Amino acid sequence: MLKIENLFKSYGDNEVLKGINFQVNKGEIVTIIGPSGSGKSTLLRSINFLEDANAGTLNIDDLHIDMATPSRKDMMKARRKAAMVFQNYNLFKNKTALENISEGLIISLNMKKKEADQISRGLLKQVGLAEFEDSMPSQLSGGQQQRVGIARAMALKPNVILFDEPTSALDPELVGEVLQVIKDLAKEDITMIIVTHEMEFAKEVADRVIFMDQGIIAHEGKPDEVFDKMDNKRLQSFLRKVG
Amino acid sequence: MNGFDLNYFIEIIPSILKALPITLSVGLSAMVLGFILGLVITLLRKLDNPVLNPIIDLYVSFFRGTPLMVQLFIFFFGLPQIIPFIAKLNAFEASIIVMTINASAYISEVVRAAIDAVDKGQMEAALAVGMSKTRALERIVLPQALKVAVPPLGNTFISLIQGTAITFMLGLQDIMGLTKMKAAASYRFLEAFLAVGLIYWLLTLVATMINKRLEWRLSKGGAL
Repeated sequence: MLKIENLFKSYGDNEVLKGINFQVNKGEIVTIIGPSGSGKSTLLRSINFLEDANAGTLNIDDLHIDMATPSRKDMMKARRKAAMVFQNYNLFKNKTALENISEGLIISLNMKKKEADQISRGLLKQVGLAEFEDSMPSQLSGGQQQRVGIARAMALKPNVILFDEPTSALDPELVGEVLQVIKDLAKEDITMIIVTHEMEFAKEVADRVIFMDQGIIAHEGKPDEVFDKMDNKRLQSFLRKVG
Repeated sequence: MNGFDLNYFIEIIPSILKALPITLSVGLSAMVLGFILGLVITLLRKLDNPVLNPIIDLYVSFFRGTPLMVQLFIFFFGLPQIIPFIAKLNAFEASIIVMTINASAYISEVVRAAIDAVDKGQMEAALAVGMSKTRALERIVLPQALKVAVPPLGNTFISLIQGTAITFMLGLQDIMGLTKMKAAASYRFLEAFLAVGLIYWLLTLVATMINKRLEWRLSKGGAL
């Protein structure tokens, strides 16, 4: 469903992605863990063309894109197939909670406002924020903002939702509500790639765990294999540090 | 003819105010048109066109780097030598054109800084929901940038209103032009120029007040 081949990315002399190959199947939930600076977020952002890759190909649904030279049209198509949930929520600050969700439907998918509002209300209800539709982002807590962010991503009915450390910017007591929303989504057979530092969550929710280190996929497998097998030194030292 | 003639000072104020519509229409027209032109310049610059950008930089640099009076003189007295059509413009039209261009250079810098002040995650999120860059600017980034731009735009407007004072050099009968004539006729220079100074000062205070109110309303979460 989504397949990346030979993805390379450098910032100047600093090579952050050194030939990434991976594939996600329909309905699969993949969590990506690893130390800071290992390239997890860059990988995710490259899929959404928020970073310019130096080389690589992306296959998503029926799209086949050379990531080094993507056309504007291809980038827009790919973004409609892969929705992003940001670390800092990035809700549109000039829009209400409801408008944050409906905006993409109206502007990108040319949906009628009435229909878009209806879908958006349903999604707000699903993330438990039905009574906040007229709130501005600044009036919502971090956890509430992120739940709107997730609803915004779901609205586009993407083939895959990309979560870029969705709880890293949250106060500890707000992490649970956001993880719960993601877990609920997981039951609905939605394809997800989740970059996270929440190890318990990564283990619990994932069909497959990817451990990234220094720009490569260092280890990959079923959650209990990755977390319990003691065969990778870097992984074990990482897990000890975060655990 | 010495000392300060208070009666003359008080009497001359209403007669100067007869020219206020001229001053205000030059200032307001230059502000509105300069804002539109400044916005266009900023957006053109956002295209990162290798041919266009140096031209825009030159334009902005020239009109911010030379005195408004020099620009007025070049346009009104100089350019008709090579563009005869300009000789047909009157002082009022010429003043609006030059002040619009001058204002657009300043305003484009204000708007550019305001766009840069908007968190880049806003543009990313808009792109991520499938919007084109243009739509993202129009729907998400610009509305937030304009909020940031209101205070400095208020200052630009105040400079513009005060800048209109030199258009009398082209023969425009604005409040300054009218004052100068009246002063020359009565030899009451102190009273006349003090009176017109007071009027400019009041205009500035009113503009500041309106700007403060607008800022306050926007800070309450209101949209533009």
